[in-house]
Amino acid sequence: MAPGLTIKQLRRLHVGPLDLEVAPGECVTLAGPSGSGKTLLLRAIADLDEHEGEVLLDGVPSGAMRAHEWRAKVGLLAAESQWWGERIGDHFAGLDEGLLERLGFGAEVMGWEVARCSTGERQRLALLRLLQNRPRALLLDEPTASLDGENVARVERLIEELRREAGLAVLWVSHDPAQAQRVATRYFRIDVGRLQEVA
Amino acid sequence: MGAISLSSLDLALASTMVLLLAWISRRMQFGIENRLLVSALRTTVQLTLIGFVLKVLFDNATLYWVALLAVLMLLIAGREVMARQERRFLGWWGYGVGTLSMFISSFAVTVLALSVLIQPEPWYLPQYAIPLLGMLLGNTMNGIALGLDRLTSSAWQQRQQIEARLMLGYPAARAIEDIRRDSMRVGLVPIVNAMAAAGVISLPGMMTGQILAGAPPLEAVKYQILIMFLIAAGTGFGTLGAVWLGARRLFDERERLRLERLGSG
Repeated sequence: MAPGLTIKQLRRLHVGPLDLEVAPGECVTLAGPSGSGKTLLLRAIADLDEHEGEVLLDGVPSGAMRAHEWRAKVGLLAAESQWWGERIGDHFAGLDEGLLERLGFGAEVMGWEVARCSTGERQRLALLRLLQNRPRALLLDEPTASLDGENVARVERLIEELRREAGLAVLWVSHDPAQAQRVATRYFRIDVGRLQEVA
Repeated sequence: MGAISLSSLDLALASTMVLLLAWISRRMQFGIENRLLVSALRTTVQLTLIGFVLKVLFDNATLYWVALLAVLMLLIAGREVMARQERRFLGWWGYGVGTLSMFISSFAVTVLALSVLIQPEPWYLPQYAIPLLGMLLGNTMNGIALGLDRLTSSAWQQRQQIEARLMLGYPAARAIEDIRRDSMRVGLVPIVNAMAAAGVISLPGMMTGQILAGAPPLEAVKYQILIMFLIAAGTGFGTLGAVWLGARRLFDERERLRLERLGSG
């Protein structure tokens, strides 16, 4: 039984079949042109779309638990964050303040109006919102796409610390090859639904 | 005691007012005259036909015939609910969700009212059963059509938010909770408004009819209150059922949002 995230013969539309393992504490990055199936792959792993093949977390297949329990453990951060409440705090239930600080926020952020936050602020806050579930694996879809350099560094540092401290398994989709190389323990290119490891 | 009988001439005179309206609509290019005339014609034909049907039914008051007409009314109402959906469920669900909910709520409330409250002899006496069921179906139909339409169109518009909640580990029911609550409210608004306005702004049709037929006003009022309560219950439970069923159908067993189960237009 392999700990971490195990993907076996996963297939969804033109993606796959592909196999991949992401061990706890590891960060596997995927880079590829748009339309290569990166987002489809992440959605299938989170069991948001019908797919063939199997995904396991610490040896337990997704089908062995309720779908919402699976998604709480295997957290998918979408490229575009969605908010439904009026204020940021409406989407949070007691987040560790230390985490806020590590992404450059103070506690007052909970009172902010969603409509007044920039895309970048929302993107960082969406990551924190997802972390409230204490996921075992993280699927990140372009998590720093609309961030400035300083905040890109903050997010990269936070993810790395979480990997080390909490043994988080991370699958990171990035359009930026330099970043994909920088944050990765293993780096793959995805093209027309196939994975290719970059040495 | 009975109502003053109307002659065909009376109806013809009344129809000239509709014709006048159509003529004005045409002259002023409102573009509604054709639909106005067609629906006026439909009213005349449909009501005349149902008049004959009821006449025959009252002369042959067997449970079999009453049930047959009741089922026919249900199926037509079910079609109407489906036709009013902008984005309806594909396949049998499009017809089934509304029709099943209407069947359960309207029929249950009608049978309850007949057998426990009004108690005609026999309980399915068509003079009571058919108008009662008709009023219930007509109103639950409205509530269910409004509720389902709100449910499916909101789910479509807010699909990204619903999926974002799923990604955060929300169970499907919680991910669509707001929309479900909103749809329920929308379905119940007409009957809530009707009850609030009854007697103050509007005199409900059935009560008016009974008074015209010579019933004492207080008796007519008691019937109208009963009907209002029955309609509220029927519409409420029907909408509840339809919205619940519909919300479940929007997700599969792995709590995935399945909007491809909805068609468009």
